[in-house]
Amino acid sequence: MKISLPRIRKSKAPKKPVSGFDQAKWIRGFSIAAIAIWIFYSFIVDVLPYEVSSIFQKWMPATTVNEALVWVICALGLNIVVGYAGLLDLGFVAFWAIGGYVAGWLMSDFFQQVSIHLGSTAPAEQRGIHISFWGVLVIGGLVAAVFGVIIGAPTLRLKSDYLALVTLGFGEIIPQIFYNGENIGGFNLTNGSKGIAPVDNVGLFGKTLGPFDLDWKYLIFVSLTALMVFISLRIRSGRLGRAWLAIREDELAASMMGVPLMRSKLAAYAIGAVSGGVGGVAFATHVNGVFADRFSFSISIILLAMVVLGGMGNVWGVIVGALTIAWVNATGLPAIGDTFNSTFGTKINFPSYNFLLFGGILIFMMLYKREGMLPESRLKELMHETDDETSDVGKH
Amino acid sequence: MSTKSALNADNISVKFGGLVAVDDVSFDIPENSVISLIGPNGAGKTTFFNVLTGLYKPTSGTVTFDGKDITAKPPHKIAQAGVARTFQNIRLFGLMTAEENVMVAMHSHLKSGVLSTILGTRKQRAEEAESKKIARELLEFVGIGGTADKFARNLSYGDQRRLEVARALALQPKVLLLDEPTAGMNPQESKVFVDFVYRVRDEKNLGILLIEHDMSVVMKVSERITVLDRGQKIAEGTPAEIKSDKRVIEAYLGKSAESGK
Repeated sequence: MKISLPRIRKSKAPKKPVSGFDQAKWIRGFSIAAIAIWIFYSFIVDVLPYEVSSIFQKWMPATTVNEALVWVICALGLNIVVGYAGLLDLGFVAFWAIGGYVAGWLMSDFFQQVSIHLGSTAPAEQRGIHISFWGVLVIGGLVAAVFGVIIGAPTLRLKSDYLALVTLGFGEIIPQIFYNGENIGGFNLTNGSKGIAPVDNVGLFGKTLGPFDLDWKYLIFVSLTALMVFISLRIRSGRLGRAWLAIREDELAASMMGVPLMRSKLAAYAIGAVSGGVGGVAFATHVNGVFADRFSFSISIILLAMVVLGGMGNVWGVIVGALTIAWVNATGLPAIGDTFNSTFGTKINFPSYNFLLFGGILIFMMLYKREGMLPESRLKELMHETDDETSDVGKH
Repeated sequence: MSTKSALNADNISVKFGGLVAVDDVSFDIPENSVISLIGPNGAGKTTFFNVLTGLYKPTSGTVTFDGKDITAKPPHKIAQAGVARTFQNIRLFGLMTAEENVMVAMHSHLKSGVLSTILGTRKQRAEEAESKKIARELLEFVGIGGTADKFARNLSYGDQRRLEVARALALQPKVLLLDEPTAGMNPQESKVFVDFVYRVRDEKNLGILLIEHDMSVVMKVSERITVLDRGQKIAEGTPAEIKSDKRVIEAYLGKSAESGK
């Protein structure tokens, strides 16, 4: 794809379908944008006059940027499942929760029974399992992938709506297990509603990143995002990506062409789950703990809304969608509400209307722009068919 | 005509509840041959096809391919073994390019896994380049070389039919099943298609099974014809034999034969 991130693609669709993508170009664009934002938040905001920097504190604080990146990582994972392979998954929060709890278990003093240290920043006398953040990222991704296969193996035999319903069920079951897991046969697995906190600090080049080292964590999160984009694009352009696309287009024909349906779908589910798990670990370090009540059904829906709003199947669209919704959710709505209330002297609780807003956006998108803000070039073709294109389909 | 059998169906029966769609049909596709399956609408032709490709499990009977029993195998295994098909109503991957359509069918012949794709290893890139080349050659072979970068859904009807054949050939099959390939073609196009089928058979050394309604095509192209009626095989033989078979005329050819077709 010949798009670099910071520039929004011109609305004119390329007539020729794009195969492959200009890798050097997007990596350059992505890096420049990422580093510019980092420099801005680490150095420039502090030296700006107070009036200016307070605007940023209110409308775009660094913590929102970091949280939005976690959403992007998870949304990219969901995009593989929904956008690439066309499997509607309403329970993606399960993988986010699994990643979070892996971080909680392996990066805290929660398991007092043991004392295991592996490259962690935690003091050596502290009990519990303390594994380096980087190791936990890998483990979290792998554990989520294993659960992806476990959940996927029975459910992926179902089609469309039925699959959505069953994934919705699993998306509820897994957080519920965490929520009620403080006494499993006398064993406290998850600490129930109290959650596991704090998690260990992140070690980076000998530095120890505490909860407030937002700028360095930003660099970690943005690198993880870049990695997920890279993986998404690479897989998409390869053998498995083609199989997913074929399954999305016509499952039966794909199987008749030698594509193993279950195996390919499971791969999509597992690879998507890796993203969810990695996002979960990142989120745990972002909020400095895991809390069972955070993993609600609404997260699955918000993630889906991000993918749909941005443009299913197009990673750049999904990034834009995820950043937008994450911002509106965390900062945009409260800030707009504050401004509105102080201007008009009202007392409307804007953040509580977020689902009204999301619902409205989704309906609007479905009515007027079904392919999303930055659609995949293929879908654009489908949704905005001009008359001359339709006329030669089915010409006898 | 070679006598070695590529695909062999033995006493196949398919029942849907009380309905017997295919009743004890035996069938043989020799290597390097074109044989046809005809019969009136609802005779069970497509059902029989679907049994051969693993979409339906037969109620009884066995399908043997290349000496191996493939009766209960899932569709993708049968496809990988070398039984390729096209569809009565075209089922291309509409939002994929012609080239990508063909490459999907190479899935089972390619080896690169997820990790080597992410890393973009030299082997993986070589394999991709090679499969692209083969795909383009196949498109060239079926006569739509210029459409490689077009979305399948934007191709003309005839080109879509050809693309389906190219996609099926990418499986490197030993047997090719064509389900009403000339449906919707005019006589001129059908005639071109007959030559095309011969060319495919000879150059790819395939056994071809054809379901067809167009009798002029069937009679011209087939070496042997099997006639189904209400799920039963009522006749089998060369085109000349079928033309003069009384039961066939009664069941199926009767009217069109008498009206001078």
